[in-house]
Amino acid sequence: MSNMLLEAKELHTYYGASHILHGIDFNIRQGEGIALMGRNGMGKSTLIKSMLGIVRPKHGRVLVRGDDFSKAPTYRTAQRGIAYVPEGRGIFPNLSVRENLQMSARCGVDGQRNWTFDRVMATFPRLGERINNGGWQLSGGEQQMLTIGRALMTNPDLLILDEATEGLAPLIAMEIWRIVKEIRKTGIATVIVDKNHGAVTSICDRAMILVKGEVVFDGSSDEVRADPELIQKHLGV
Amino acid sequence: MDFASFLIQTLNSLQYGLLLFLVASGLTLVFGIMGIINLAHGSFYMIGAYLAFVLTSTTGSLFMAILLGVPLALIFGAFLEWALFSHLYKRDHLEQVLLTYGLILVFEELRSLLVGDEVHGIDIPAMFNGSIQLSEVLSYPVYRLVISAVCVVLAVALYFVIQRTRLGMMIRAGNHDRTMVEALGININMIYRVVFALGVALAALAGMLASPISSVFPNMGSQVLIISFVIVVIGGIGSVWGALAAALIVGFADTFGKVLLPELSGMVVYIVMAGVLLWRPEGIFKKG
Repeated sequence: MSNMLLEAKELHTYYGASHILHGIDFNIRQGEGIALMGRNGMGKSTLIKSMLGIVRPKHGRVLVRGDDFSKAPTYRTAQRGIAYVPEGRGIFPNLSVRENLQMSARCGVDGQRNWTFDRVMATFPRLGERINNGGWQLSGGEQQMLTIGRALMTNPDLLILDEATEGLAPLIAMEIWRIVKEIRKTGIATVIVDKNHGAVTSICDRAMILVKGEVVFDGSSDEVRADPELIQKHLGV
Repeated sequence: MDFASFLIQTLNSLQYGLLLFLVASGLTLVFGIMGIINLAHGSFYMIGAYLAFVLTSTTGSLFMAILLGVPLALIFGAFLEWALFSHLYKRDHLEQVLLTYGLILVFEELRSLLVGDEVHGIDIPAMFNGSIQLSEVLSYPVYRLVISAVCVVLAVALYFVIQRTRLGMMIRAGNHDRTMVEALGININMIYRVVFALGVALAALAGMLASPISSVFPNMGSQVLIISFVIVVIGGIGSVWGALAAALIVGFADTFGKVLLPELSGMVVYIVMAGVLLWRPEGIFKKG
């Protein structure tokens, strides 16, 4: 229990009248990596947003490090070491690359400052070349690197990546995966949503599959990869 | 128009435009970042002028009045944001307009109860109560130059805060995507409160600075409110630099309009606005 970072218990979330999450349980510990999988519209992003307080679940509880955060504002959850890279990226186009990184800089929950501006620069050399450019001038891949770098500047213990490689050229996507693997090695827990099942299951040791707002599988990534039928049934198109 | 009177009108335009900028900068920030149409923003100008009147009468000095009045305005702004405006962010514009229009009535009534309905004058501080001779017959009052100088200093300070500080980065980021700012662990509500209080204080300060030249009278905020909205629209909603450019355009259009086209003087500003909007429908500076 002590190393539990984020938990959801019996989450029910609605968008207007449509019932998106049907009583989802979720938990992630320090250092763990979870591949959150499922077809489009199965509730992956909604689950993430519900846990972060961006969308309010109708029922259920959210715990951050064991404390009830069900009603906490998003910024308080983030301050407890949870960083979020949303789908569609969400950089601030009206700020420069440098400003995007500077504005979020913060020490971690235990006061750690592992991720500094210089380290982010070393991890994403391409951002260094564009440091004074406006966010709006970046390519899709660079924007993605910037959102990940910006999230790391908060020195998180958990990094949530929602569709990190969507719409990126394969080579750029590979570069992103290489960096995410490096980040994983530093002991940061990760939740990754992505269409590339091979990549996410190789990065994360645990996998969860959502179907229509319910968890239909929660186990090791190896199990998923060893079971083509499971993939075909729940993830195939 | 000879050179001296041209110079005088130019200085008047600058002074008027810069003073309007103080009012409009807060209005555009609150509108752009928080999405709030604040009709009561002109009342803060009025409140500032009355504060200057009351505090100058008690302390005997406009400097002291400003020194005391600006912090009071900041506190008042933070309180208003906490008590009323923070509940408006998720409401639609009609409800915002209803509340803020109601506030105008409340503020005017309170002003009437507390200070009365008379027109008051405030003396120009003695050390600035001179004028500079421009030609044999024309001179320019020092106090107006002082107003312009104070406004320029504040505009530079505002530029520094918004462009160079982390708070400014957060404000600009919040202008684009509030949820993402929050997801980075930043308390956006606190940022809103700071921005709102700053806007109130700037508008009130404008009222204080203007009080010796414009006198202090009931409903003095409404005229300023309308012209400030014109500036926000011309400059582009949410753009402080747009507001600065637009305030100067309005200052020049209004001042020179009165001199060159006295028959049309009431319309010149609006003709300019229509022209700018035909050229750039979203204002000179788009959001940002």
